[in-house]
Amino acid sequence: MVDVETEKKTNVKEEETEEAHAYTPGLKVKKSTTVQKLRRLPLLGEVFVNKGDTVKHDDIIAKTEISGDPEIVKIAMIIGLEPEDTPRYMTKQVGEFVEKGEQLAFYKALFGLIKKEVKSPISGTLESLSDVTGQAIVRGAPIPVDVDAYIPGTVINVMPREGAMIETHAAFIQGIFGIGGEVHGEVHVAVSGNDQVLDADMITSEHTGKVLIGGSRVTLDALKKAVELKVSAVVSGGIRHEDLTTFTGEEIGVAITGQEEVGITIIITEGFGNMNMSLRTFDLLKEFEGYSASVNGATQIRAGVLRPEIIIPHHLVEEDESEALSQGMVPGTPIRIIRQPYFGAIGKVHSLPVELQRLESESMVRVVNIELDSGEVVTVPRANVEIIEE
Amino acid sequence: MASLTKPTEEMQFIIATDVGSTTTKARFFHKKDGEWRFLVAGEAPTTVEAPYEDVTLGVQNAVREVEELTGHKLLAPEGGMIIPFDGEKGVDLYCTTSSAGGGLQMMVAGLIKSMTAESANRAALGAGAIVMDVIARDDGRQSYQKIQRIRSLRPDMILMAGGTDGGASQHVMEIAELIKAAEPKPRLGIAYELPIVYAGNKSLRPQIQDLMSSGFALELVDNIRPVLEQENTEPARRAVHELFMEHVMSHAPGFTKLMKWTEIDIMPTPAGEGMAMQLIANTYNKNVLGVGLGGATTNVYSIVDGRFVRSVSANLGMSYSVTNVMKEAGIENIMRWIPFNLDREEVASRLMNKMIRPTTIPQTLEDLIVEHSVAREALRLGLKHHRTIATRLKGIQIERTISDMFEQAVADSYVEMMNIDICAGTGGLLSHAPRRIQSMLILTDAWLTEGVTRMMQDSVFMMPHLGVVSTVYRDAAWNIFDKDCLVRLGTSIAAAGKGKFGEPVMELTIEMPNGEILEEKMNLGDLKLIPLGPDHEVNVHIKPANQYNVGAGLGEELKTTVQGGVAGLLLDARGRPLYFPDDDAQRKQLLLKWFKAVGLYDEKALEALV
Repeated sequence: MVDVETEKKTNVKEEETEEAHAYTPGLKVKKSTTVQKLRRLPLLGEVFVNKGDTVKHDDIIAKTEISGDPEIVKIAMIIGLEPEDTPRYMTKQVGEFVEKGEQLAFYKALFGLIKKEVKSPISGTLESLSDVTGQAIVRGAPIPVDVDAYIPGTVINVMPREGAMIETHAAFIQGIFGIGGEVHGEVHVAVSGNDQVLDADMITSEHTGKVLIGGSRVTLDALKKAVELKVSAVVSGGIRHEDLTTFTGEEIGVAITGQEEVGITIIITEGFGNMNMSLRTFDLLKEFEGYSASVNGATQIRAGVLRPEIIIPHHLVEEDESEALSQGMVPGTPIRIIRQPYFGAIGKVHSLPVELQRLESESMVRVVNIELDSGEVVTVPRANVEIIEE
Repeated sequence: MASLTKPTEEMQFIIATDVGSTTTKARFFHKKDGEWRFLVAGEAPTTVEAPYEDVTLGVQNAVREVEELTGHKLLAPEGGMIIPFDGEKGVDLYCTTSSAGGGLQMMVAGLIKSMTAESANRAALGAGAIVMDVIARDDGRQSYQKIQRIRSLRPDMILMAGGTDGGASQHVMEIAELIKAAEPKPRLGIAYELPIVYAGNKSLRPQIQDLMSSGFALELVDNIRPVLEQENTEPARRAVHELFMEHVMSHAPGFTKLMKWTEIDIMPTPAGEGMAMQLIANTYNKNVLGVGLGGATTNVYSIVDGRFVRSVSANLGMSYSVTNVMKEAGIENIMRWIPFNLDREEVASRLMNKMIRPTTIPQTLEDLIVEHSVAREALRLGLKHHRTIATRLKGIQIERTISDMFEQAVADSYVEMMNIDICAGTGGLLSHAPRRIQSMLILTDAWLTEGVTRMMQDSVFMMPHLGVVSTVYRDAAWNIFDKDCLVRLGTSIAAAGKGKFGEPVMELTIEMPNGEILEEKMNLGDLKLIPLGPDHEVNVHIKPANQYNVGAGLGEELKTTVQGGVAGLLLDARGRPLYFPDDDAQRKQLLLKWFKAVGLYDEKALEALV
């Protein structure tokens, strides 16, 4: 029962495992699948749609209000009172509405020779007054929050007061990293191939409002021009780190993105540097040129992986690929290598040796042998591949 | 929490898990012939996110791997572990730590930044939290800025301090009113009442209760600074821990179930790690500086003269946060550790690619050296941050001597490398370093050890597990810790001081175990590794040059006994701060000399890169 390590070693007789888990789940690149999006309010509110309704991407489906920003007014300090005396000099009561500049408190002494008043710095409701601190809080007008459908489709479920689930049939492509939030636009391929760099001179005023597809890299000038011409989104295989930093104005520290206000949404499908967009992704986007897409650059890599996405709704009748859950690696599984020295190379699993193997870095790890498209067989750590989901 | 089913001395099997952000790690321990040992590890992806949303699935998968590897049945058909061990199946104790879902994220507030707010910060960190922001009256921000910040934070919990007992009241209430006005929203959903611990001026409790009783789950505890001269973090720390269990963990998917499985409270992973570091300090009765260098965060622990302080740098890490290390340290500081030509953009791209695919590992030596360079900077920044937390109490009078006046000021932090006896590290990069000398030199370079320092590390990641076990069964935890967890890397002997390149720094006489007497003359810029196994202890006589200190004072000789390790004795005469030539080519040459001198990497492969 117990002498485990030795038992473990003696039990392993086969030279190869039949199936192994990939450590990094592959990014989804699907031509035809069912996409569901939960559209939820940050706080409870009102939902305007019913199950079965058909919605457009810009339909407002739910609404709520976030309480307004509070403004602290130091009444006692301004007038020069003891905090506990403040209530006596208030000219507005808790719960009352005040306009900006309207009097909140008034103090008169020495038969009116000394007069002091406190005016409200904002329009809002006098929420509270403390006789410990002599502070009043004026709450600004509530801030409305709308949630739109984001994708056109059918409402398949409603969560009362919270939101709804929208479903559509679409092509679905995940990127590896993105910047900027939800946008819409017509898909337009701006390059001649997946290995071409998207530069500024390839972007024209005809691209306003569109989702531009690049190839191996998008340049800084191209991004600037895209913003100038109000392009909705740019999708590219790679980008230089320095270009992204210059463009966004700050270095990306932690991969939690989506909130940037840079005038455009950017999606990188492969990684940083010059990286040809995977042919499968490129061909799929090309196939749907002219279609309308919903695009979101939001990326979160830690604690709940969220990858940027391109959703292209369509009515083409194809077999639904959504059921094919990613399985483990077996010989023949198509994979992509995601780290040096073969970064970006595509091939298929040749074999999965059981024994730990020594890398050039001298680490002893489990590896996978991969037959590259060129026919060459290379060995890489199992951690450094991702399955290409087909 | 259920009580233990067996007295500890009758226990034979223990299983402990750590539910990490990405991986759930199970460690199986067994008592054989009166001695507790680590048996086997099992790992599986954490299942806190959709579509699973139940952490117990990941725990079961990790434990099932242990079952498969051992043939020892552990999982009960109805869920949880079979407890107790019945002679054939089951375990006598199951316990776990967790950092899933981003751990415990807190906001702390106090009146004065360097006094009560700082004490509150220390208490929150000590409880295993990631502190998102520290709000204080004098933090340099306007009220509206603080309110905007609180509204955007979405913490799991707030710890508020302020005022000594019977001291400041009005300003403390101002902070409380500011928090209330901001209406902070918890991260874990609409229906969740945000826990707030009040550990300030106790005479304000009725007012705080009036103000905070609606909208918050308020907990009142003893003042963190009852008087200025005293810091009392324990009640606040305990309250944070209890609220963490009661509110935060119970809202995480599957944790209510997991809490029923365990016999002792679930602990945040860093709290478990901290326990393990304290175990080292208590057992050796020495000052310890420890680190958990993770993928997302770097936790630094110091136990100096019995005082335990933990700091967490939430965004310094080797995978998810690797680009934040680059941002904080500056890419030049990372590149100064690379002894060959590599384009700046290339280094940046590699790190960005690591961040977006955080589970990949270096295959080439070049890639490994880049990661080791980042690790040095993450550790350096982690310690720098730690020193801002591990400070002497401010706001009290300190007796100063004439010599202090000459030194201008008493240093804020008491964590001085010359007073650290043991450095210990854990985390993937250190545990997986292909050569043990790599983790030893990385720690030395990053922290600039001074004098005589023992170096240790975790063998396979199990310090959090042993930390939580130690809370109920210290002897078992230490047994396993000593035999299977703690790798003795060796001892570093470093002379602190500055000088000219090539001039004498120290002379050493080492009585080797075979009777041989080694005489070593070290000049500035020299680094040497003397092989000395972990079971050996030798006498060393160190004679530093006038402007150098090895622990006995400037130019003072030191006779001591040092322990060996799997790496050996590291003799370091590179100066403090480390001597780096301004000229880039000379810098690379010197780095290369150091790397070769200690056999840091395969020499041929290294040569090929240069």
